[in-house]
Amino acid sequence: MFAEYSSSELLSIFAMQGVAGLILFSVFVLMALGLAIIFGQMGVINMAHGEFMILGAYVTYLTSHVFSTYLPDFFSIYFILAMILAFIAAAALGALVEWAMIRHLYHRPLDTLLATWGLSLILQQTYRTVFGPREVGVTLPDWLMGSYQLTESIELPINGLFVMCLALGISLAVALLMYRSRWGTQVRAVVQNRPMAGAVGINTGKVDRVTFALGCGIAGVAGSAFTMIGSTGPTSGQLYIVDTFLVVVFGGASSLLGTIASAFSISQAQSTMEFFMSGSMSKVLTLLFVVLILMLRPQGLFTLKVRR
Amino acid sequence: MSYQGFRSLLPKKDLYSFLVLALILVVVLPLSLDIFRLNLVGKYLTYAFVAVGLVLCWGYGGILSLGQGVFFGLGGYAMAMFLKLEASDPESTKIQSTPGIPDFMDWNQITELPFFWEPFYSFGFTLLAIILLPTILGYIIGVAMFKRRVGGVYFAIITQALAAILTILIIGQQGYTGGVNGMTDLRTLHGWDIRTDNAKYVFYFVCVFLLFVCLFIAQFIRKSKLGRLLVAMRDKEDRVRFSGYDVSNFKIFVFCVGAIFAAIGGAMFTLQVGFMSPTLVGIVPSIEMVIFCAVGGRLSIIGAVYGALLVNFAKTSFSESFPELWLFAMGGLFIAVVMAFPNGLAGLYNTYAAPKVDAFFAKLFGKTPVSHSSPPTPLPSKPTNTKTESVTLPQGVVHEQ
Amino acid sequence: MSSNTDFVLAVEGLTVSFDGFKAVNDLTFYVDENEIRVIIGPNGAGKTTVLDLICGRTKATDGSIKFRNRELTRMKEHDIVKAGVGRKFQTPSIYGDLSVFENLEISFPRGRSVFGALVFKRDEEVISKVHEVANMIFLGDQLDKQAELLSHGQKQWLEIGMLLMQDPDLLMLDEPVAGMSVGERQQTAELLRSIIKDRSVIVIEHDMQFVAQIADKVTVLHQGKILAEGSVDKVKNDPKVIEVYLGH
Ligand SMILES: Nc1ncnc2c1ncn2[C@@H]1O[C@H](COP(=O)(O)OP(=O)(O)OP(=O)(O)O)[C@@H](O)[C@H]1O
Ligand SMILES: [Mg+2]
Repeated sequence: MFAEYSSSELLSIFAMQGVAGLILFSVFVLMALGLAIIFGQMGVINMAHGEFMILGAYVTYLTSHVFSTYLPDFFSIYFILAMILAFIAAAALGALVEWAMIRHLYHRPLDTLLATWGLSLILQQTYRTVFGPREVGVTLPDWLMGSYQLTESIELPINGLFVMCLALGISLAVALLMYRSRWGTQVRAVVQNRPMAGAVGINTGKVDRVTFALGCGIAGVAGSAFTMIGSTGPTSGQLYIVDTFLVVVFGGASSLLGTIASAFSISQAQSTMEFFMSGSMSKVLTLLFVVLILMLRPQGLFTLKVRR
Repeated sequence: MSYQGFRSLLPKKDLYSFLVLALILVVVLPLSLDIFRLNLVGKYLTYAFVAVGLVLCWGYGGILSLGQGVFFGLGGYAMAMFLKLEASDPESTKIQSTPGIPDFMDWNQITELPFFWEPFYSFGFTLLAIILLPTILGYIIGVAMFKRRVGGVYFAIITQALAAILTILIIGQQGYTGGVNGMTDLRTLHGWDIRTDNAKYVFYFVCVFLLFVCLFIAQFIRKSKLGRLLVAMRDKEDRVRFSGYDVSNFKIFVFCVGAIFAAIGGAMFTLQVGFMSPTLVGIVPSIEMVIFCAVGGRLSIIGAVYGALLVNFAKTSFSESFPELWLFAMGGLFIAVVMAFPNGLAGLYNTYAAPKVDAFFAKLFGKTPVSHSSPPTPLPSKPTNTKTESVTLPQGVVHEQ
Repeated sequence: MSSNTDFVLAVEGLTVSFDGFKAVNDLTFYVDENEIRVIIGPNGAGKTTVLDLICGRTKATDGSIKFRNRELTRMKEHDIVKAGVGRKFQTPSIYGDLSVFENLEISFPRGRSVFGALVFKRDEEVISKVHEVANMIFLGDQLDKQAELLSHGQKQWLEIGMLLMQDPDLLMLDEPVAGMSVGERQQTAELLRSIIKDRSVIVIEHDMQFVAQIADKVTVLHQGKILAEGSVDKVKNDPKVIEVYLGH
């Protein structure tokens, strides 16, 4: 299949697809991080994760609206504020959901899965009622438009670059939080041994709530970033949810590094294959491949050893 | 079967519920509904096949599959392929550039029937495929997952991914599958027009009959030692293993049974509704099938039938009158059935209605009421602390009536 | 690898390491026909891990376990059970949703395949065996009770009863009297004495009084290794044992 391309053409094809893959990777990482925190640390599957993300996207959309109407002078920086607001909104909703629903279901992971699916339906319909069924998009400030010409045949879209940086920054922040802060230590203690962590005075209920809210908050930021490369509709959240779950499970549920590594391999595989076959087939093959590997190695790429 | 054996398979209380259901499906509904509505009920009943299978897998085995749509689709598509081939005889497709192949293939510039379509000219093969394809797929998935002790949410996610994969595949390969629209315009079965009222009546009763076959099989499994083993495994899997059982084999078995039930449901769907499409295979329909089971009561095979009927009936009437409210209602149902009524309709019935019904029968026949061993204990009866300890995340423990 | 022996159980050079931490380290011991062996040792000594290794729950890193000269380290759990090894867990492990009768019935060694379980019939043989065992474990009049409703001590007995249904050649009990009242301990000691006929037993126990009542030979485990082995009296007076275990 490579015969018809010259080697330099091939190189730039791979480079371009690599860049497309990197953007997909950034989206995966942003979505998967929040999910991984929640699933890895609490064993809870949050089926409404995509809807938390969309909440962030809608918040961003509203902010851009407000800025362009009332504060056009500051429009070029609205994005920063939008992300903060997206985080706050999603985290607040997350905390509420944890309090009302999740905490009653901790020892019933399968039921949590069903309940959060119900929540996702309700949120979808809410978005549809409030924002209408059509997809909405935000106007990007000028400095995010256009692309950067790397070589003659390779160009990098600026918004894509921005999303990549964002993914990188947030991953670093989460890593610092988990492995350097006192709160991170507490979370990891709860993961390793919940009753013991409780016994040494860690308020496990509070740790859970904050973890859940944080995971949702990151989803909100992901949604905010998402508006830069695509438009948002009430059901956009469901589009990526299966991929994201696979990313998390494939990475080995309780390892941030694993999540990032698996997001990278899945997105690169998918976007590289996309050049040689239809988008749907490359997605099928990627997912199938991941499922097969998971059947051979169910614990995922990276694991945490805990006594059974 | 001896009287004794029959009694232990169908104790008095179960016998009554089977009889009442049979009465409703065979007598009451056909007499009171026109054929359009009855055909709708028949369609709902095809989901009941899936729900009954889920009672075994999920309620008893603790295995939550979010990919039952895959098996429903396998059965449905197998049947649809047969009907489509019959509808695509060279005579009626002579305006196509390649006559004699299904219309959607012709639209996609396919000039020859793909090899895997060939066997579906045979009705016998088709029936066999409806049973065997899901069994084989279920077996492969089951061996791969359960032998490695993958269960709980991991299993749920992976089966969900399979549902996604199959949907994308069907939509992407429209030349072979009919794509998004699915396989439509199915007409005859061995020359007999399946779109007439007459045929719809026949299919309805065939569907009810097959459903009862599945219900009896499920009841047999439930009442056998295998049923008790499933309950035991859900509770203390290790204890069962160290009592000399290969736990994974039992899980593979119920999973395959559930897959076959779903496929039969899918085939009956195609026959009654006259088409099959990827919208019945994917993530959303698959998880909705779980809710049919949960609403009925995840431990009640009869409840699953009522659950499928009620939820679908509600769905139809909601989407007729308040389409925008339906997702709210559905979402609320998911949450309520998990948080407030974990034993579903069956649980509610056993708690509130059963004592009164028993008293009524007792008065009627002057006999002692049928005893209900113990009231349903709410889910969960005890918190398990296994969240992070193993790959298998057990279900909260449910206790039946 | 070791040669064949007359011992029921021959454990040689058994080692298991969890990420470098050796919970059991080069352990060697032998259990005789019809012997009651008690394993004692401080918390975390690796006692439960030894049982896990024998019954296949944990895979050994190194060494061999031979049961009647059959190598167990590579066998599947259920095959080890079928070979005749029965094991009681540290915390009572019974099926709370089933009745006492059904709990015992499940352990009856028949119909262990999928098909076997489907066609399994509750015949006279099963019923009489269940009754016999239930009487031994003091639950003869509780057969219809839901197992969840039993007291803690009764649950321990029920699990022992489930093992008796299996009728294993080697019975392994992990702290069978933990959490029992004095009276229940007495009863359990009697029970154990009555069931050890014609089989070998490995018991893990902390209660030295109880150990003295039942043990033929005691093995003291410390940090995955054998600290001392011998009769109860010999072990009790061993200065090393007193220091790490009995002293405090
Ligand atoms: N699967 C495992 N992974 C990691 N560590 C393990 C595993 N199994 C056992 N351990 C460790 O091995 C050590 C020995 O544990 P074990 O349960 O065998 O002790 P024990 O002698 O039974 O103690 P106790 O008297 O408290 O029951 C402990 O430190 C335990 O944490
Ligand atoms: Mg122990």
